[in-house]
Amino acid sequence: MTTVSNYINAKKGILSWIFTIDHKRIGIMYLGFVLLAFFLGGMFALLLRLELITPNELILTARQYNQVFTLHGAIMVFLFIIPSIPATFGNFFLPIQLGTIDVAFPKLNLASLWIYVLGAIFCFYSILSGSVDTGWTFYTPYSSTAGGSIIPMVTGVFILGFSSILTGINFIVTVHKMRAPGLTWFKLPLFVWTLYATAIIQVLATPVLAITLLLLVLEKTMGLGIFDSALGGDPVLFQHFFWFYSHPAVYIMILPAMGVISEVVATFCKKELFGYRIMAYSSLAIAIIAFLVWGHHLFVSGQSPFITMLFSLLTFLVGIPSGIKVFNWIATMYAGTINMKTPFLYFLSFIFLFTVGGFTGVVLGTLSLDIHLHDTYFVVAHFHYVMMGGTVMAFLAGLHYWWPKMFGKMYNEVAAIVAFVFIFIGFNVTFFSQFILGANGMPRRYYNYIDEFQLLHFTSTVGSWLLAVGFFISLAYFISSLRSGKKASENPWESSALEWKTASPPVTQNFSTIPKRIDSGPYDYDKA
Amino acid sequence: MEKVKPLLSDGTLWIPGSYSSFSSNYDSLFYFIFWLSVIFTIAIVGVTLYFSFKYKRSESNLVAKKQIVHNNKLEIIWTAIPFVIVMFIFYWGFKDYLYMTVSPENAYEVRVTGKKWFWTYEYPETGVKTVGELVVPVGRPIKLVMSSTDVLHSFYIPNLRVKRDVVPNKYSNLWFDVTQEGIYQIFCTEYCGDQHSNMDSKLIVKSYEDFLDWMEEQKRGASKDVPLDLLGKKLYKEQGCNSCHSLDGSVVVGPSWKGIYGAQRLLADGSEVKVDDNYLRESIVYPAKKIVKGYPNIMASYAGLLSDREINGIIEYIKTLK
Ligand code: HEC
Ligand SMILES: [Cu+2]
Repeated sequence: MTTVSNYINAKKGILSWIFTIDHKRIGIMYLGFVLLAFFLGGMFALLLRLELITPNELILTARQYNQVFTLHGAIMVFLFIIPSIPATFGNFFLPIQLGTIDVAFPKLNLASLWIYVLGAIFCFYSILSGSVDTGWTFYTPYSSTAGGSIIPMVTGVFILGFSSILTGINFIVTVHKMRAPGLTWFKLPLFVWTLYATAIIQVLATPVLAITLLLLVLEKTMGLGIFDSALGGDPVLFQHFFWFYSHPAVYIMILPAMGVISEVVATFCKKELFGYRIMAYSSLAIAIIAFLVWGHHLFVSGQSPFITMLFSLLTFLVGIPSGIKVFNWIATMYAGTINMKTPFLYFLSFIFLFTVGGFTGVVLGTLSLDIHLHDTYFVVAHFHYVMMGGTVMAFLAGLHYWWPKMFGKMYNEVAAIVAFVFIFIGFNVTFFSQFILGANGMPRRYYNYIDEFQLLHFTSTVGSWLLAVGFFISLAYFISSLRSGKKASENPWESSALEWKTASPPVTQNFSTIPKRIDSGPYDYDKA
Repeated sequence: MEKVKPLLSDGTLWIPGSYSSFSSNYDSLFYFIFWLSVIFTIAIVGVTLYFSFKYKRSESNLVAKKQIVHNNKLEIIWTAIPFVIVMFIFYWGFKDYLYMTVSPENAYEVRVTGKKWFWTYEYPETGVKTVGELVVPVGRPIKLVMSSTDVLHSFYIPNLRVKRDVVPNKYSNLWFDVTQEGIYQIFCTEYCGDQHSNMDSKLIVKSYEDFLDWMEEQKRGASKDVPLDLLGKKLYKEQGCNSCHSLDGSVVVGPSWKGIYGAQRLLADGSEVKVDDNYLRESIVYPAKKIVKGYPNIMASYAGLLSDREINGIIEYIKTLK
């Protein structure tokens, strides 16, 4: 039997992976690391939910609980969700969707990957050497004075930031310089547009986080008084710096997800995307306004009412492009021919969960309401609906959509649907109950709570088990797909996008012959 | 004694009972957005599901019927309507927020101090101090001037819909006007370490007459007549010692007080000391001088916060804990 050469079997041996400059292999390695991080972060989440099943101590001490929620947050944010879509699917598909053979700087791309791993090693060193209990937000002056292994953790996050910046630069240059002849800006898939918008945020915002964390380390090691009021600093300044990065970071997480969702809905409806240009422009608009809303995390911190008013206003404005996107996706379904496969189910759940996340965002953006809801479970539920209901659902949509292309194998559709049902129901059981808890005053980051909240906490914990079952089923059918999955054809979903016009899995050069000129758009279903 | 107002079982499903001059504004706006969201979500999900079934791929529907990428009218409508609604909500929220932010001139002032992991209250007019219980009169605007002595905390009374961060080296303000007598839950909502979730407190709202009586009683210094060990027992709770020291031998943050009097103590520097009156006094006033082995040096000094009689009271109380 002869096998055709592809990027996976082109070279053998572990070193051929470690030193590869093939964007596809780098994407696959990122996928491995990112899934590992998701697994760890998920385990911590299960532990937290288990502890919270009773109002008092169950399996963790207060200190351990605080460490576990810190690690859950830090791992999920910095190691999983920020790199999740751009570093995996972005790396793998950006060059292919541009009709080229690699990103602009392949070696820099490899460097980003190993810098990410280095950052992760620092974070794990921190866990082993005393851990951190500050929360993933590292608020001062708690973090300036608390014990534990904060400096390694912060250093890890600092290093991870460079990985993110380098990927961002690489993608920006790639989109500008590497497009196949004929592939003009408005013939780019929306996934490319969102990666581009994301990259801009990564490059402009991440340095602020890096500087902030550096200042924190200087304060802790050299007693420089910047944030700690005992040294003459201003603790609220840290929050401004931190959210100046971390709010745009929310869009680093959600924009690529919107890109994936756009690809999935077009393919599975065989429809040109409704409002393509508006979608492209609104991605850029979101990226820019995203820099101007950080203060909505500080409505109760004591910032001036005037500034608070502006932040609230801008927050409402940034919501509108997101709302328009939802309408556009739904309009794309109109008169289509909808193929109800797993990726499309994840698309549907994305629409619902992201809508709930969006509306609860409106509630939180409303000044008078945020006073009551700030730092309660309502906020926790809100951002899980956006981050998990939005980004993770889109990630899963993308994983199921592109899996055949990445690995050349199909997965078991029935098992995938069963897993989807568990994940969708589990998610809502886990987090919807938290909306009610928060609206009734249950503060976040609480190890103990008043007895009357127990039933809802119990419900939420049961939901987390359903979620876990769903994810383990997914793990099982993906592994079995790798080992014995049916071979995938070049274009199992009959998509008209460029990445489906090459072998599954693609050859190292991406295309057997690099396209000389591309005149068709990614969604030209009318010409099919 | 009356019980603390429940949160979940009082009020409606989405809102705890409403007991301040602005909580009803909050509730109307919340339910306004709530129902709007429910209607829109049902509409969005409804259309999505309808399309999913109507345009499902089948033998007779293998090719999309139409390719539409534009519809100016539709796009203007679905941009303009959300915009108008959102601006209206923004304005409503901002208006209420201003009302909640600017305290009335005649508000009665109480100073609040957040400290790991308890709240103390001081009434500047009378010099009375309490720990863990904030007592105020009903139907009068109360203004809290708050600050922290260590890390960030946040002062939150769900039933009144008020919350404000409490920051070291800075004063932050918060005001409210409670509409009904009773006992309300106070939480700390800014993460502040091990006992964050136990940093709760009670708001006790009395009629104006009862409030004055209570104040008189405090001023008379009820503590003068109490026997020392009972005074110590009271202070144990009021001064927040209970957030770190247990009475039953379990380790919370610091060592338990059970049976320590007269015992030998191993200190962090390796030396040993007998737990007697002097050691206890020093541990309360200058806790950092002698650190018990195996415990962190985090207890704050109570020098100046407790009177001699109060310190004696605590020592006598510890003696009773066999
Ligand atoms: C923030 C937590 C915390 C609070 C609040 C606190 N302590 Fe402590 N305390 C500790 C810790 C930790 C130690 C052990 C380390 C040391 O010796 O300083 C300790 C030690 C002591 C000791 C010596 C005990 C021994 O076994 O040798 C005494 C006495 C004491 N505290 C009294 C008090 C009193 C009285 C209060 C309330 C007015 C109080 N503490 C409040 C944390 C606390
Ligand atoms: Cu606190």
